[in-house]
Amino acid sequence: MANAIEDDPRIIEFDVRTDEMLVNMGPQHPSTHGVLRLVLRTDGEIVSEVEPHIGYLHRCAEKIGENLTHRQWIPYTDRMDYLAAMNMNLGWSLAVEKLMKYEVSEKARHLRVLIAELGRIASHLVGMGAYGLDLGTFSPFLYAFREREKILDLFEEACGARLTYSYITIGGLTADLPPGWLQRCEAFLDQFEPIIQEYHTLLTTNAIFVKRTAGVGVLSRDMAIEYGCSGPVLRGSGVDQDLRRDGEAIYTAMYDGYAFEVAVQKDGHYPRDHEYPAVPAGTVLGDCWHRFFVRMLEVVQSMDLVRQSIDRYSACKGTIGEPLKLAEKMPAGDAYLETECPKGQMGFYLVSDGSAKPWRVRARSSSFSNLAVTPELCRGCLIADVPAVVGSLDIVMGEIDR
Amino acid sequence: MRGPAFLQQLQEAVPDAVVGDNLTALDPWIEIAAGKVAEVCRWLAKSSPVRFDSLQCITAVDWLEVDPKKAAKASWEPHTELVYHLWSTPAKASLVLKCKLPRWKNDVPGDLPEVPSVTGVWRGADWHEREVYDLSGVWFTGHPDLRRILCPEDWEGYPLRKDYEQPLDYHGIRGR
Repeated sequence: MANAIEDDPRIIEFDVRTDEMLVNMGPQHPSTHGVLRLVLRTDGEIVSEVEPHIGYLHRCAEKIGENLTHRQWIPYTDRMDYLAAMNMNLGWSLAVEKLMKYEVSEKARHLRVLIAELGRIASHLVGMGAYGLDLGTFSPFLYAFREREKILDLFEEACGARLTYSYITIGGLTADLPPGWLQRCEAFLDQFEPIIQEYHTLLTTNAIFVKRTAGVGVLSRDMAIEYGCSGPVLRGSGVDQDLRRDGEAIYTAMYDGYAFEVAVQKDGHYPRDHEYPAVPAGTVLGDCWHRFFVRMLEVVQSMDLVRQSIDRYSACKGTIGEPLKLAEKMPAGDAYLETECPKGQMGFYLVSDGSAKPWRVRARSSSFSNLAVTPELCRGCLIADVPAVVGSLDIVMGEIDR
Repeated sequence: MRGPAFLQQLQEAVPDAVVGDNLTALDPWIEIAAGKVAEVCRWLAKSSPVRFDSLQCITAVDWLEVDPKKAAKASWEPHTELVYHLWSTPAKASLVLKCKLPRWKNDVPGDLPEVPSVTGVWRGADWHEREVYDLSGVWFTGHPDLRRILCPEDWEGYPLRKDYEQPLDYHGIRGR
């Protein structure tokens, strides 16, 4: 039997001595998803330690929030996770509504679900496409952006903006949908649904992609929980948690009556897994492939939710309600609310002293906690696997640095 | 679950730790003596009947009214408040811990107030504590590597304090 060390493909020659070296990756590296700097301690191709340096995009959002009224801060939430700004707007609006004990109209509720789930699809498309880019395949990125463009067109029609929407606001939404929008949205879904199979061919079952992601960056269930990881990162490790089902009443009430299954592997099975490609051999629960696959499943799940919300929204009579006044006084007290954003559980904490401006606002970023686990995942991996691990976490620096 | 019975269990497990509570608030909270934070968190994470196995967020709130007219009417003394948001994955429940600290240790401006670090309970607390130290100026004793995280290492002051003044100049860049 051959020696185990000789079989190790990472060791090329035995008489070559390597020294430890610090390699700086970023802050402007294409695979760092924004301005993130990673300092790698390497020995040859093996990474022994990774230290992320963040803060390059820090824009003092929390301090600014103390000097604005609650509604004026909404545009600042847009710029946190700028790939899913609708979901950020929703999180902050719900947190303020929780403090006010305010309930939006039935029509606004369904419209919020519709918009938030479309936002989730758009965000996951970027996450998926950019992940292919990290691993050296360019085409899926173009296909993903082609479809995302159509969602952005829909958003632009609804609120006038393509990236920073400020559409969902405290007390409802800033405007109702224009005529014909629902038909165009349905047309998009009909066109998009069959295309998902192409993505599975391009990435999910692609032999090279599987080689690059299967068994790489395995995040154990316990570590994911201890680090406060959330969203697809947590579910990719097999933790059955989705705030749309498990969150606080004010948030789950929004999804009351909606049917969806949390995208998580239970007893070795994903929900409705006969409809999707089989889990490839070599993958381990919690590795990069599973995090990616959970996102793919959530795209389909969100499409389903969008269809349900279209039906419910169109059945609603009445109006979407009036947004709150720009300088409305809040009751004194504090409220914390987490919502299930595409990248994880985004929390907003609001302390009010009874005036029109918050005493303190706090944004708990999901990507912040998800990125904090990188040093653990990259310990002992190859340099080329670092982009695979960081990309699979699907972070956005605007939200981490705030 | 977060009712009086749970509070009673906490009081028995860690004596003299609970100094206040409001179980009817929007988010029911328990106030902990500053020195007992790590002990209470360890119990909540490892031995409590509901395991709070995840730390979601640490927030520091600076209670200081800089306007002397308003300060005279304020119903509270100036202090820094730490708020810990915990989450239990098995029970899908949240818990809020609060902890009052002086704004400066022994009221000597420049000496940071101290609180035991909870990095030994949840490894994820590392970055959260660094952020609170960076922006609000709270020293977490026992933290393995407490340094600034969002601001540059040579930044002065703690921006989220109410009396913070932005520097006029940073390495030749105009501040104001």
